[in-house]
Amino acid sequence: MIERGETDNQPLIELRGITKVYGTGQAAMHALRGIDLRIDKSEFVAVMGPSGSGKSTCMNILGCLDTATAGDYMFESIEVGKLTRNQRTRLRRFYLGFVFQGFNLLNRTSALENVELPLIYRSVPFHERRKLALQSLETVGLNGWESHTPGELSGGQQQRVAIARAIVTRPTVLFADEPTGNLDTARSHEIMDLITNLNRNQGVTVVMVTHERDMAAYAKRVIHFLDGLVESDKLNGGGK
Amino acid sequence: MLWNTLLLAIREIRRNVMRSFLTILGIVIGVAAVIIMVTIGGGATLQVKQQIASMGSNLLMVTPGKRLGPGQSTSNIPFKITDAEAIARDVNSIKAVAPVSTQSIKAIFGNQNWSTQVTGSNNEYLQVTNRSIRSGRLFTDSESRGGAAVCIVGETVVKKLFGGQEILGEKIRLQKLSCEVIGILVGKGQSTMGSDQDDIVVIPLSTYQRRIAGNQDVGMIQLSVHENIETEKVKQAIVHLLRERRHLSPSDDDNFNVMDMKEIAQMLTGTTQMMTALLSAVAAVSLLVGGIGIMNIMLVSVTERTREIGIRLAIGALEREVLLQFLVEAVVLSSFGGLIGIALALLVSVWLAEVMQVPFVFNATIVLLAFLFSAAVGILFGYFPAMKAARLDPIEALRHE
Repeated sequence: MIERGETDNQPLIELRGITKVYGTGQAAMHALRGIDLRIDKSEFVAVMGPSGSGKSTCMNILGCLDTATAGDYMFESIEVGKLTRNQRTRLRRFYLGFVFQGFNLLNRTSALENVELPLIYRSVPFHERRKLALQSLETVGLNGWESHTPGELSGGQQQRVAIARAIVTRPTVLFADEPTGNLDTARSHEIMDLITNLNRNQGVTVVMVTHERDMAAYAKRVIHFLDGLVESDKLNGGGK
Repeated sequence: MLWNTLLLAIREIRRNVMRSFLTILGIVIGVAAVIIMVTIGGGATLQVKQQIASMGSNLLMVTPGKRLGPGQSTSNIPFKITDAEAIARDVNSIKAVAPVSTQSIKAIFGNQNWSTQVTGSNNEYLQVTNRSIRSGRLFTDSESRGGAAVCIVGETVVKKLFGGQEILGEKIRLQKLSCEVIGILVGKGQSTMGSDQDDIVVIPLSTYQRRIAGNQDVGMIQLSVHENIETEKVKQAIVHLLRERRHLSPSDDDNFNVMDMKEIAQMLTGTTQMMTALLSAVAAVSLLVGGIGIMNIMLVSVTERTREIGIRLAIGALEREVLLQFLVEAVVLSSFGGLIGIALALLVSVWLAEVMQVPFVFNATIVLLAFLFSAAVGILFGYFPAMKAARLDPIEALRHE
């Protein structure tokens, strides 16, 4: 990991007056209407809200996949709004990890190779890559399944592979977009335990979008979105 | 990174073997066609050159009469043997002069007969036409002058009349003339125009004039010029001499024609080369069409793999890394097509060369060029789809089903 200046009063993520408008003129759709948000290192934040409330848009901006129409986004001391597309890609590559609702693994590619993928873009040499990927798969409890392709794995296992892929680079922030959306209750709780452990034991900052209260309950802090604004922002008493 | 990209491309291609094969078929055929055209064309040109060389390179042919235009020609007064003698005597730089008269005559031996080309000439005829005696001997001076009934025959005649047996001393009949075979010519094979140069019987010119033609005419005069001499100058000297001998006034057209073998050779090789170039150009167009096929499939592939591209972009692939991935895939595809095309072309060329009886000329330059061109086609037609992939918005791409 690259060492960065860590002062407790400097937030990891800070949004100031973030707006996002799709389209122009009459057809303009205001997805975000001015979000102020501050997330510190090692937090576990759940983002909730009905569909269309802007939570996914906000996640995309936080994840540097999208840019805001107006407002400032500071990631550590970096002004994300001023970065080029390639610079944002590098930011994702080195500091961010993603877990998606639909798993988004490469088909017909083994679990091991899926996990290795972000390391390839980091130019990690072959042997180290393999070692780190195996470690990561072990962390999510998938040793022995390395050579299986997503088609041969259950939904829960696929999401574990996706988590292994997200954490193999030891990211500063893990973004999870409805990670349990496609899983049954038992699998969902397994995945949430896994994410909670990562947050507690490895200090990974987690930002998770969910619409299930059960899942949000794992987080230390819950933010509710409504109509493009933060409706509430509450601490959760440390989660489950 | 590049190595990984290459492995990835090969894996991606192997995933869809059938589709990949059909995709590169255009390139395979294009590359093969270009190489085959150039190889066979090169062989044909070489063959023409070889045959012309075998005819005697510094050969001039003087024929009576001249075409002035469509349906118009000068009077066709034949030469006399004295014309040939005058050329030999008065024109410099001439190696050998052969007055020649020919006629197609049925040659008979026993119960065999064979229609062949009977040529009346002298010993210098063999020198001029680059022929030599395989067995037997040339005409003696007295035979040449006295009109003796002797002949020198070509391979084909030996085969047809005698079934290839030793025939020196046998007598064959040409019309009313019965003549003794004193020599056999070394085989020369087909001429450039496709006629059999071994289907020939040579007899002394005096014999031909007295016993076959019944006059003193000479059909044409063939002569060879010393090496390294400008045939053009010799040609002018002959024209000058013959105009004088045929009493032409300055306003008259030449009533004879002097042809230079070199000119004919150049014309013939020029024609073959032009045909080769034209056919290769057509083949090259098919290579471009093959490129469009690759672009088509790459575009389909980008659409099919939109989600994969989204994942890669989200995870941290730079635009140029995605671009490179698809570009490398297109180039690997097309150069693979190029390699198959080269292999195919070599097989077909060897076979075609044998069937068409032209020498197989391996042209390393065109093989290399065709390969580089196929790779270039991959870059050219792979760039647009690759660019399309690289420019995808990761969010949209991830939503793509």
